[in-house]
Amino acid sequence: MSGSNSPKSVRTPLGRVRGLGSSHSGTSDFWRQRLTAVAMLLLLIPVIFIVMSLLRSNQAGVAQVLGSPIVAIVMLLFIIASIWHMKIGMQVVIEDYVHDEKIKLISIIGNNFFSAAVALASIYAILKLSSGV
Amino acid sequence: MALSIVHRATGVALYFGTLLLVWWLIAAASGPAAYAHVQAFTGSILGRLIAFGYTWALIHHAMSGIRHLVWDLGYGFKPSEREWLTWAALIGGIGITILLWIIAYAIGGGR
Repeated sequence: MSGSNSPKSVRTPLGRVRGLGSSHSGTSDFWRQRLTAVAMLLLLIPVIFIVMSLLRSNQAGVAQVLGSPIVAIVMLLFIIASIWHMKIGMQVVIEDYVHDEKIKLISIIGNNFFSAAVALASIYAILKLSSGV
Repeated sequence: MALSIVHRATGVALYFGTLLLVWWLIAAASGPAAYAHVQAFTGSILGRLIAFGYTWALIHHAMSGIRHLVWDLGYGFKPSEREWLTWAALIGGIGITILLWIIAYAIGGGR
């Protein structure tokens, strides 16, 4: 195996030092996938508690609880962590199973759009409930 | 044990399941009429099955995910340890899901 330091390597010295590879983002997705996983494990018990406490409530009760500061912040953190996590996870699934370059590109664009839309819609709903309008 | 594909499958299910979460949040922010639609759905047999499946997918993915984090830290690679982690994730996922639903019905959330 010819290492990156072999004379035949086309990598520039700067590229070698940065160590980010052809994706230009290195292992950032790998790290963020685990960071968001740990965040969600910490948030999961409060989130389950919040959701279960709302099962009996009507819309007014749910809106009041979801709009209260601590609950809203916990929900926002969970939503941000989970959607970031699922966007990376789906990209890995696409890259593993979709080998046609065009379909892969479309799938990855679709994954980004879906994740962004779900994130924005959820965050908007929580903020709207928090502002009480 | 081929549990890694289940981890992946539950992840994909949760991905599309976020649509339910968004629907719930948007409905709560929209008003009583919109919220009534969500409650009608979650009160139906189909809605309840999907909600149960979503609960299991979430808890299983979390348990199975802990297993992956343990491996990421470099532990649990002996055959016996791998088996133990796998069964713990599988049984823990099912057990916690059923426990949560028993609590949900006990507190009157199953109307």
